[in-house]
Amino acid sequence: MNCCEKHPMNPWNHDVAKDEKDLVDVQVDGVWMQMPRGLNVVEVAHRAKKFIPHYCYHPKLSVVGNCRMCLFEMGTPKMGPDRKPILGADGKPEIAWMPRPQIGCATNITPGMGIRTDSALVKDCRNGVMEFLLINHPLDCPICDQAGECKLQEYSVEYGTGASRFVENKVKKPKNVDLGERIVLDDERCILCSRCIRFSSEVMKDDVLGFVNRGSHSTLTAYPGKSFDNAYSLNTADICPVGALTSKDFRFQMRVWFLKETKSLCASCGTGCNITIGSREGKVHRLTPRENESVNSQWMCDFGRLNFHDLESKNRLDRPLLKAAGQQFPATWTNAIQRAADTLKKVKPDEIAVVASGRLTNEELFVLKRLLGELGVTRVDTVMNPGQADNFLRSGDGNPNSRGAELLGLSSGGRKLGAWGGEIASGKIKALLVLGGEDLVAAGIPADSLAKLEVLIFSGILSNATSQLAQVVLPGAAFAEKTGSMVNVHGRLQRMTRAIPAPGEAREDWMILRDLRIALTGGNSLHSVEDVWKSMAGEVAQFSGLSWAKIGDLGIQLESAPKIREEVSA
Amino acid sequence: MSLPLHAGTENCVGPEKGEVTPAFEKQADELVSRYPVSKRSAVLPLLHLWQETFGYIGPRGVEWIARKLSLQEIQVLELVTFYPWFRQKPYGKFHFRVCRTLPCALGGAGKTFAALQKLMNLKEIGHGGTMVSEDGRFSLEYSECLASCGTAPVVLCNDAFHEKVDDNKAATLVAECK
Repeated sequence: MNCCEKHPMNPWNHDVAKDEKDLVDVQVDGVWMQMPRGLNVVEVAHRAKKFIPHYCYHPKLSVVGNCRMCLFEMGTPKMGPDRKPILGADGKPEIAWMPRPQIGCATNITPGMGIRTDSALVKDCRNGVMEFLLINHPLDCPICDQAGECKLQEYSVEYGTGASRFVENKVKKPKNVDLGERIVLDDERCILCSRCIRFSSEVMKDDVLGFVNRGSHSTLTAYPGKSFDNAYSLNTADICPVGALTSKDFRFQMRVWFLKETKSLCASCGTGCNITIGSREGKVHRLTPRENESVNSQWMCDFGRLNFHDLESKNRLDRPLLKAAGQQFPATWTNAIQRAADTLKKVKPDEIAVVASGRLTNEELFVLKRLLGELGVTRVDTVMNPGQADNFLRSGDGNPNSRGAELLGLSSGGRKLGAWGGEIASGKIKALLVLGGEDLVAAGIPADSLAKLEVLIFSGILSNATSQLAQVVLPGAAFAEKTGSMVNVHGRLQRMTRAIPAPGEAREDWMILRDLRIALTGGNSLHSVEDVWKSMAGEVAQFSGLSWAKIGDLGIQLESAPKIREEVSA
Repeated sequence: MSLPLHAGTENCVGPEKGEVTPAFEKQADELVSRYPVSKRSAVLPLLHLWQETFGYIGPRGVEWIARKLSLQEIQVLELVTFYPWFRQKPYGKFHFRVCRTLPCALGGAGKTFAALQKLMNLKEIGHGGTMVSEDGRFSLEYSECLASCGTAPVVLCNDAFHEKVDDNKAATLVAECK
């Protein structure tokens, strides 16, 4: 990482060095090495492939040093009478070790510092801290959602003793506290690390949480009568090292060790937060943010995080439908594609309008672009879906890939679309291909206009007013069910990866478009998403020289991205 | 003998009453002005002022102070619950603190406490909380060292200090509370 700028969304970035080239000598567990000045010992140990356990320390939050888990043994170079370090037999400075341990999170490295992360003293300290932390802990792991990703559990195994010497009564505290709309608190599990308080106060600037009472009765609580309903509240469940804060949506749903984790993108707005999809047996159970300092750091909004339940909506389209005698009936893909192609062939290219979508991936849009080019269709646009911008992560653009659609020349930002209602009514447009599940009735084209169309082909994941009017319905894949790339509002090209298969007979949209293209024009050279990407990289200037692998897990900032909007508006 | 009252304790009974007067506001502003760098530092002085004026710090006090210092209510509540001196509920007109640190405990503080509790007709509430009589006349709690170990056990009644309080002296004290 060579980033010296603070990410605007993080008041602290302890894991980012001010200057990666300004190095100091330190000794970590007997090995001398060079580390950037200003880093704290937890981060230095991390870079030295050592691990210092910690609870309260979080690289993006202020340091409070209250858990005492990151104790390490510290030394400074021995100085001779001439104020120069005394060198040992190996020519390296000799180190004078301090008798007391220090906390790694609040200690920045200094030249010649000695750090021991695994000495007998350190092990003893960790053991003692673990025993203290577990004194009042309920040990209800079998019913706790955090089990499997609980730091208390992990460090107990790693650094604790098997048994407790505590024979007195544990302190009773509130359980099953309804903190807010999406978060539940178990105060007995809380180890008072204050990460959630610091997140609310430092990152969200919205303090609702705090500790009341004192000593062993200290209790995490929201101010009486106030609820913890911040739009980013679920991040506290992520950073809570124990099972104190849990997500109402995810709790008791699935053991975390059963989840398959897929690196992907959130598709709920134009920001394109990097996420990990946790799924099992074809069902998405949760989305969690995946660190990307160029996009979302370690956070994501609650809206995006919980916006995956549509995948299992009862309105989900899971097989192709064909309209006969005014009613839609299930059909095979072969028949549905054939019918779509046949009806489209009957109208002239200039009578066809295509609603592409900012919800489609670049690959899907590219296959569409080829098809439209071959057919000679020029009437194409996307529907704008305004999002609720909040000056943090949520973007004012509700489509995840508006920039991709603009870049491929398939969008005028909804301006063309405005005229289509009239053109449909006047019979200028006879066929309409709606992609990405856009609801044109909601977008302002009246249902009776749509009903006048000779051809209405709909592809999407949910049934809506538009799909119900369509002669052909082609069920597509949702964000967790497809692989592709998207360009976020800031011009960053990122990859989305399929976590689960689409339900029933639903297919990834690029396959639908490929089949439609084969049926309409016979053209085919695209057999996989990677093939599509290769062709696209050859044709689209902004993607040239980029390979699928090069995009990587964290994406790539497109150099010419800032110009895209100007090109479109020009 | 009439006992000196802790300033404003007569307001302690019942709801958190008393108006926030311009004079009170002025006093508060003066306290805040002592902390030009961070007015958050004025939160403790304001809590003391509020308790001295209104007897205890209920939700109204927490919210008023939070607004005054542009803090969140929880940040004020944290302090109120942290320090035993601050009270969230009204105490009695006569508030007794019985020292229970070691010398007083050895000198019979437990016996004195029990005697006072009986004389005031107070119900046990457990966990060392403050007991308040039903008529709001008396309240009783244990306190830590009152710095007079040589004359244990000692009792503080409002601001008046009493030494060597045995059962008899306890009875006299309670009888004098009029």
